[in-house]
Parts: sequence; C-alpha cells; structure tokens
Amino acid sequence: MIAFILRRLVQSVAVMLTVGCIAFLLFRYVGDPVNNMVGQDTSLADRALLRQQLGLTDPAALQFARFLGRAAKGDFGVSYQYARPVGEIIAERLPATLELSIVAALLALAVGVPMGVYTGLHRTGLLSRLVMAFSLIGVSLPTFLIGILLIVVFSVELGWLPSFGRGAVVALGWWTTGLLTASGLKSLILPAITLALFQMTLIMRLVRAEMLEVLRTDYIKFARARGLPNRLVNFGHALKNALVPVITITGLQLGAIIAFAIITETVFQWPGMGFLIVQAIGFADIPVMAAYLMLVAFFFVAINLIVDLLYYAVDPRLRIERGGGAYGL
Amino acid sequence: MSQPLLEVEHLRVEIPTRRGVLTALDDVSFAIAPGEVLGVVGESGAGKSLTGAAVIGLLEPPARVAGGRIGFAGRRIDDLADPAMRRLRGKEIGAIFQDPLTSLDPLYTIGSQLAETIRVHLGLGRAGARRRALELLNEVGIPAPERRIDQYPHQFSGGMRQRVVIALALAANPRLVIADEPTTALDVSIQAQIIALLRRLTREHGTAVMLVTHDMGVIAETADRVAVMYAGRIVEIGAVRDVVLRPQHPYTAGLMGAIPVLGARRERLLQIDGAMPRLGAIPGGCAFHPRCAHAFDRCRSERPELLPAGPSAAACWLHAEADHG
Ligand SMILES: Nc1ncnc2c1ncn2[C@@H]1O[C@H](COP(=O)(O)OP(=O)(O)OP(=O)(O)O)[C@@H](O)[C@H]1O
Ligand code: SF4
Ligand SMILES: [Mg+2]
Repeated sequence: MIAFILRRLVQSVAVMLTVGCIAFLLFRYVGDPVNNMVGQDTSLADRALLRQQLGLTDPAALQFARFLGRAAKGDFGVSYQYARPVGEIIAERLPATLELSIVAALLALAVGVPMGVYTGLHRTGLLSRLVMAFSLIGVSLPTFLIGILLIVVFSVELGWLPSFGRGAVVALGWWTTGLLTASGLKSLILPAITLALFQMTLIMRLVRAEMLEVLRTDYIKFARARGLPNRLVNFGHALKNALVPVITITGLQLGAIIAFAIITETVFQWPGMGFLIVQAIGFADIPVMAAYLMLVAFFFVAINLIVDLLYYAVDPRLRIERGGGAYGL
Repeated sequence: MSQPLLEVEHLRVEIPTRRGVLTALDDVSFAIAPGEVLGVVGESGAGKSLTGAAVIGLLEPPARVAGGRIGFAGRRIDDLADPAMRRLRGKEIGAIFQDPLTSLDPLYTIGSQLAETIRVHLGLGRAGARRRALELLNEVGIPAPERRIDQYPHQFSGGMRQRVVIALALAANPRLVIADEPTTALDVSIQAQIIALLRRLTREHGTAVMLVTHDMGVIAETADRVAVMYAGRIVEIGAVRDVVLRPQHPYTAGLMGAIPVLGARRERLLQIDGAMPRLGAIPGGCAFHPRCAHAFDRCRSERPELLPAGPSAAACWLHAEADHG
C-alpha cells in the first residue's frame, strides 16, 4: 500500500516537473520579460542591469530551480496585463472555476450514472432509446452552442435565469462563494448545465456500455443462478463491477471539466480562471499563462492520484498479497 | 423409476434472429428422479447448455422456450413469473458453470458471496450465515477455511475456485444441480478430484444432478443414466451401462467408439466423419443422416421419434424397422 502510494507520488512529481519545465520555457523564452517590464525609453544599459538583477543572465538550470521554488510558493511573478502578482489574481479567480467545475462534475455524475445504469438494464425500452438519442446530441453539439442555446431560451426568451456573471458572492476568508446567495445559485445553473452536459452523456454512455459488458459475464449469470434478487445482482454485483473502469475515465473527465471551463466561462462571462486565461492569451500575458498551465496540470495530477487510490480501494485484485496463501493449492 | 423430480416434455427452444427463427432445441423429453445423476453428452452445439439454461429459467434472450413443458417436483416451472422462478433458483435447483475462474464476482470475498446466497435462501442472520459458509467451505475441502473465507476469488487456484462454486451451488441444499461441464476449464490433474467431490456431496445429500460433460469416462463413473444429444434433440437415452456398452443409435455408437481415459480432450475421440450441422442448416429427416453409415431412404424424408430401442430409447429408424418388420 505505502509502496504503491509512494510510486504514484514519485510519478506525480515527475509529471509536475515536466509541466514546470514547459511553463518555465514559456515564461522565460517566449517574449522578453525585461521588455515587458520597462518602458520604451529605458536605455540598453539599464535593461542589462535589470536583466542581471532579475537573474536572467544566470545558467538556465539555476533559473529553472528558482522558478520552481517560487512556483511551489505560489509566486509566478507579475501579470503584464494587470501589473499585480499572478498568484493573487489566480486566487481571486480560482473559487469561481472550482465551484463551477465541481457542481458540473457532481451534476454529470448524479445524472449520468443512473441514466447509464437504467439504459443498460432496460436496453430496448422506449425511455432508453429516447435517452440514447438525446445523449447523441449531448456528445455532438459543441459546448459553446449549447451554452448559447440555453441563454437564448432561459435568459432571453423566458427571462428566468441570468445569462452572465456569478451573481452575488459571499467571502469566506480568501474564498468567495456563490453557493450561499439566491442570485449566485441562479447564475450557476446555466453554466453548470452547459459544462456538465458533455461529461454527463459521456459518463452515461460509458456506464451503459460497462453495464452491458458486465451483465454478460459468467459471475452475473452465476449470481442469478444462485437465486439472488435482481436488485442485488444489478446493483451489488453488476454496477459495482461496471464502475471500476468508470472511475478512471470519470476522474480524467473531472480534470477535463476544469480545462473545458474555459469555453463555458467565456460564453457566460463567468469570472473564473478560464475567462482569465482567454484574456491573458489575448494580451500575451505569459506569467498568467504559465501559472494557469501549472495549476491545471496540478489538478490533473491530483485527480489522477485520487483516482488511483480509489481504484485500489475498490478492486481487490490490485492489492498485492503479502504472506503465504495466495495462489496456493 | 419413482416419481420424477424433473420432467422435461417436448421442450422446444427457439432463437429469433435477423434471418429467421432458429429452432435450437426440438422435442426434448427426459426425466430425472430424486437423487439420480443424468449425464448429458453430445458434440459442441448440440444444445446441452441450452437445455440446462431452460430448466433453471436462465435462457439468454432472444432464446426462449417456445413449446413443451418443464415440471419440477410435481409443478410446472417453465411458465413461472420471474420472482417465483428466482425463489426456485439456488434454493431448489442449483447450477455450476463451466468456468470457475469467471463464475465468482472478483470484487467480493468468497465469504460474502456465500453469505449473501445463504441469507437469501435460508434467512439466517449475519453470524449464522458466516458459520454456515465456514461449514460449506469445510465440506468442499477448502483447507484453512477460517482464513480463506475472507479472501477474494483471485487468491484461489482454479480447482479451489470450483470448490467454492460447488459450495455456492449447494449452499441451500437444492434438490437438483445442473452442472454444465464443471471440469472442462480445469487442469486434467484436478478434474478427477472435482468430479469425486461433486459425486460425494450430491450422494450424501441425495441431490439429483444433470451433468453435462464431454467426458465419457466421467459419465461412466458418475451417471446413472445418460442422454445423448445431437442437433438440438435427444437421440438416445438410457442407463449408462446400456448406452455405453450397447449403444442403439449410430451416433452414440460413434461417440462410444473409444471411451477416453479420464480427462482426455474430447475433440479427438469423435470417430464420426463430418460435423454437426449448424442450427440454420439442420437437414430434414434424421438430422444425422448425412453422417450415418446406415442411412436409408426413410432417414432422408422422415424424422425418427425417440422410441424404445433395446434396453434404452433411441431416435433411429433402424429400430422402428426392426420393431415393425
Ligand atoms: N443466444 C444465441 N444466439 C444464437 N445461437 C445460440 C444462442 N445460444 C445458443 N445458440 C446456439 O444453440 C446451439 C446449442 O448451444 P449450446 O450452448 O446449448 O450447445 P452445447 O451443447 O452446450 O455445446 P458446448 O459443448 O460447446 O457447450 C448452438 O448451435 C449455439 O450456437
Ligand atoms: S435414422 Fe437413419 S440416418 Fe438416422 S441414425 Fe438411424 S439409420 Fe442413421
Ligand atoms: Mg455448453
């Protein structure tokens, strides 16, 4: 167990170092940091001095180490666009993105898994066919189009829900939440649905496929032959087995949700990191981009680690036996 | 034979496909007495597994019972609604499948799979079910059951897993067990042990067995009677000694051409030229006639019924001719 976690941790660190390297190259060599900091009229000598002071003339390896050291402390330099520390800007935007992503992920799971189970168990039913047809729309329509459609219907035509922004937020320390106010919750509905829809249909189709697969296995046939009630066979045995591979994909999808949030945030002008990064790209705001890259990578790695541990907890075949007895006789 | 436990009469199983309805079992009739072991043999695809599945009500759609009657302990069971059939499965009719490696749910310990089965059928509490599970593991010869009960299927070898499967099938002490090639997937060295275990336990409990196997050696040692299937029908049925020593049907005679040593692969011992027809292409008349050395005109036009033939019953015109002429 401990060896397993350690191995996964080492792998995670390796991934973060690689992404850090890319972020560093971006930060250091795309555009000239000094040019971005000084005015037009700064003399060449002053620029050289500044370059020295910033450590930009040091060996690349030393600069990289320094970059990583700062990054670990959340210090990514100063945004060219806002002239403020990047860490600060991101910390402001992070809660909006995370709340949106987590709500969307929960929505995708809460709807996708039961629908997948239902359509898997009632393969030929009318409702299953309808859901499957609807899910095709979900996977094939681009996110921005879904967002715009929802805005047209629920904001413009019906006027029920706001089409942009996050509504009123409440500060809990440095974290701002929209989950505690009516306008915050209302504002969350459309973007969360937009962001969740693709993952929801994906999860549903995946769960359905896995259920169909598992329902064909011998151990399910044998469970029925043992006379177990349908409920126990379908949910105790079939669903649990179907969810083992689903955990992995769903975990990766959670990471994808955070990344996909860019589009949804742009459509709904949601004040999160996605919206921020789109602006940063427009301004060639390299420090913000580097920080965003590392943060998203961090989320992916963290989610992966959690998924691995979950997988390990669910599937006894992964737990390596110590002590005799295994495979005996 | 005393009042039969299982009575299958004119069973017909159909499989609707895109290219028409296939008749997978046709006019299958046999009976099993309490405590009796009926062996079922026949080439791959003859319909042995389908017969077993029809009896426990687990035909996989689209396959369906299209005719005939299945009676168990004096009542009709082929038309039971699902919940009633479910109460019969495991409790009255147990099943053992071919592959022990895949018959157990990999995510649960064998103890919890035993306990859930016991609790469903015997209504025992948690502790009682565990105690019974330990007894069962002991009975099927799992060493150190107190330790093994909390292990997962992947921690058991194939032979040990099949012992667990047998324990599961016998957990509620059913009156009939359908064992569909219970040893085919196992090591040759283990096969005899498992068959011996199955024989001992079912004898001790007076359980009747429908034993599907390719192994004539196992049939000869274990079964009381044997049914020979060909292309979805029973072509001969009778006491083991009669069928083995004095086969009445030319197909059976071919099968008995060489009784193999225990565990030998059966593909090699088929002495009959040609192959069994596919479901969609079963010839008219006697389905065996293209391969039969004795075939004559009547065989090509009329289907023989299963009728008394010597000490057994056989579906072959040779016997009808002998009777009438
Ligand atoms: N769901 C199905 N769809 C189409 N054909 C099927 C289906 N189930 C069984 N069959 C066919 O029915 C016939 C009988 O199958 P069955 O499994 O009973 O054979 P078997 O005698 O058990 O053979 P084996 O020795 O290979 O296990 C075979 O030809 C098989 O291909
Ligand atoms: S009925 Fe005719 S073809 Fe069929 S087994 Fe008998 S002799 Fe052979
Ligand atoms: Mg079979």
